[in-house]
Amino acid sequence: MSNPALEKIFTKYPCASRENLIPLLQDVQEKDGYLSEESIRDISRYLKLPSSKIYGVATFYNQFRFHPIGKFHLQLCRGTACHVNGSAKLLEAVRKILKIEPGQTTKDKMWSLETVACMGACGLSPVICVNGEFHAKVTPKSLIKILDQYRVQEAGHAGK
Amino acid sequence: MAKITINNKEITVRENETILAAAKKAGISIPTLCHMEGFPPSGACRICVVELEGRGLVPSCSFPAADGMRVQTHSPRALKARKTVVELLLANHPDSCNYCARNQSCRLQTLASELGVRQRVYVGHKEKYKLDASSPAIVRDPAKCILCGRCVRVCEEVQGVAAIDFVRRGSKTVIAAAFEEGLNLSACVNCGQCINVCPTGALTENSHVKRVLDALSDPALYCVVQHAPAVSVSIAEEFGFPAGSDVDGLMVAALRRLGFKKVFDTAFTADLTIMEEGSELVHRIKNRGALPMLTSCSPGWIKFIEQFYPDLLPNVSTCKSPQQMMGAIVKSYFAETGNLNPRDIFSVSVMPCTAKKFEAQRPEMACGGVSDVDAVLTTRELAQVFRMYGFNLKAIAPEAADTPFGTRSTAGKLFGGTGGVMEAAIRSAYFLLTGTELENPVIDKVRGLEGRKEAYVTINGMEVGVAVASGLANARKVLDAVRAGRNDLHFIEIMTCPGGCIAGGGQPLGADLEAVKARLAALYDLDCKEGLRLSHKNEDVVRLYKEYLVAPLGEKSHRLLHTHYHAREIV
Ligand code: SF4
Ligand code: SF4
Ligand code: SF4
Ligand code: FES
Repeated sequence: MSNPALEKIFTKYPCASRENLIPLLQDVQEKDGYLSEESIRDISRYLKLPSSKIYGVATFYNQFRFHPIGKFHLQLCRGTACHVNGSAKLLEAVRKILKIEPGQTTKDKMWSLETVACMGACGLSPVICVNGEFHAKVTPKSLIKILDQYRVQEAGHAGK
Repeated sequence: MAKITINNKEITVRENETILAAAKKAGISIPTLCHMEGFPPSGACRICVVELEGRGLVPSCSFPAADGMRVQTHSPRALKARKTVVELLLANHPDSCNYCARNQSCRLQTLASELGVRQRVYVGHKEKYKLDASSPAIVRDPAKCILCGRCVRVCEEVQGVAAIDFVRRGSKTVIAAAFEEGLNLSACVNCGQCINVCPTGALTENSHVKRVLDALSDPALYCVVQHAPAVSVSIAEEFGFPAGSDVDGLMVAALRRLGFKKVFDTAFTADLTIMEEGSELVHRIKNRGALPMLTSCSPGWIKFIEQFYPDLLPNVSTCKSPQQMMGAIVKSYFAETGNLNPRDIFSVSVMPCTAKKFEAQRPEMACGGVSDVDAVLTTRELAQVFRMYGFNLKAIAPEAADTPFGTRSTAGKLFGGTGGVMEAAIRSAYFLLTGTELENPVIDKVRGLEGRKEAYVTINGMEVGVAVASGLANARKVLDAVRAGRNDLHFIEIMTCPGGCIAGGGQPLGADLEAVKARLAALYDLDCKEGLRLSHKNEDVVRLYKEYLVAPLGEKSHRLLHTHYHAREIV
């Protein structure tokens, strides 16, 4: 096996059984931010489970990502309150602008998108959160401004 | 025992037998989609619902019969529910039956017709699906998939491969290989067993019909065809003959009418394989080579061992498969004696198998940049071509295959079923080691559809242990034992498909166990009826050695008839 960091995670699960699959996937995602094909292959070898099965199980759960997160990680709340206040439309707008689906990352690796159940900020709904910064009562229109703000920030960094 | 009433008829069933099985006994047929005979029920499709008094609708494929039950299998409510199931399945289905390979052999289509679906009732959101034509053998069209899961189960449980699985959930679910990569990069061994169980056109073979028809109409090409042992005892089913009819002569005649200049019999090169492989076995035994030797005629199995048991590759016979041997001698010996340029020969094979399409395009299977075999038709595809040309097999006079590769022993013909290679090999190895013939050429212990068989044969005072496995999940069990140190076996035959080529992934669809049994019985029948039962007694094989190859395992054999395999990485 190639990856010593993974090896270290595996030592936590000395019994290489199927029950350990989900916790293992969680640990790997915790470490890398996503599940790479290489790591799934390594897990497949360790647990002696076909990679098709692991990929099948992992895609069943929303919590797993298969692309590295972007420079800006946008979490969009799809909880009840946010939904009532228009998060579906907002998601539509994000998809259109960034041209990615939840779980994906833009080609330039700038943006990644994730939908989450409830961020506990219902009073501010609909809410998005970019790299940990909350934005309240977002509309498709204000969304453009917010995204631009990060782009400008990034351009500024790049210019320096 | 329990007494239950189905459609007002009282029947006695075993406790815990499903309603579906009970109804079948009573001659009542209930439609199924996801159900698989011999597997635990999955309950995925609900097409099999029946009305159970006091309970309502229940899925008959998983619901156990219990004493006193009263069931209506075709009550208005049950029928309506089934119709709704079909209407929902069609909600996001492409309306493309006319362009579909499964037109007229599709379960979904038949059910829609039988249940009287005459209009689109539900309009579902159609996801954009990508057709996967990456594999040389199998084409997957997820748009036509109804997620019954049969392919997933066959691939994992029968074949031990697990190339595909359910991916995501809810309305976003698809069947896909790991990482949603093309099947060509996956562990798929191209066996086609998933096609045979798929109720729709979501899984089909990569068709070579067009290539073959184009070649036949090209005056610059000299078209030659070979047909595998299992084809002549199966293709008849496509034309209304009962299962187990052997239509060898009719098929040969029809192939000639299509325009093939020569019609050869792959069973001839099965005999040739026995000469080479039998000699190789004897050589290994005498020289302490890697044992047990493993057969190499089944290309799905070869990819399987390359992926999953590369440490055992030295045990695999170096013989090419009969298909490739035929390809190789057609473009060498036959071309030379007939003054033909091998590049002008278009070599077609008709196979019960989809993995043969994969095998034919392997880089190992060529000589000097000329591939041994140029196109592979499955039994189904050949039947389609016959229909296209309006051939009625019932109205054709039989003809004999061409020389010099048309004569075969019945041992070569036995290659079509599980245990057949072993039986043929034992007959000839016995002769090679003792100079005398077996008293009784029938080796009963390796016959029949059992997934794993074993026998010990005493040759020259030596106890030779042999094993036979078909279905790659069965192969796993034998190989694991060998890996763990089992050392009483000398020779192991492995066929990819459960039951062997007669149940191959390119065979007529809808065959049940009875049909497969009948195909196998047809092979045994030929073996007991005909006179030439030993590969080494095939005079055309003997002549081929005399005139060209010189001797088994000789220099020419090595160049044309043998090859090597390598460990293979999969995604
Ligand atoms: S899969 Fe069946 S229903 Fe669908 S297009 Fe093909 S024949 Fe028609
Ligand atoms: S062809 Fe065989 S190995 Fe490939 S997906 Fe189908 S069942 Fe699995
Ligand atoms: S591909 Fe065919 S067998 Fe597999 S789930 Fe879809 S419909 Fe069923
Ligand atoms: S056949 Fe019974 S649920 Fe599918």
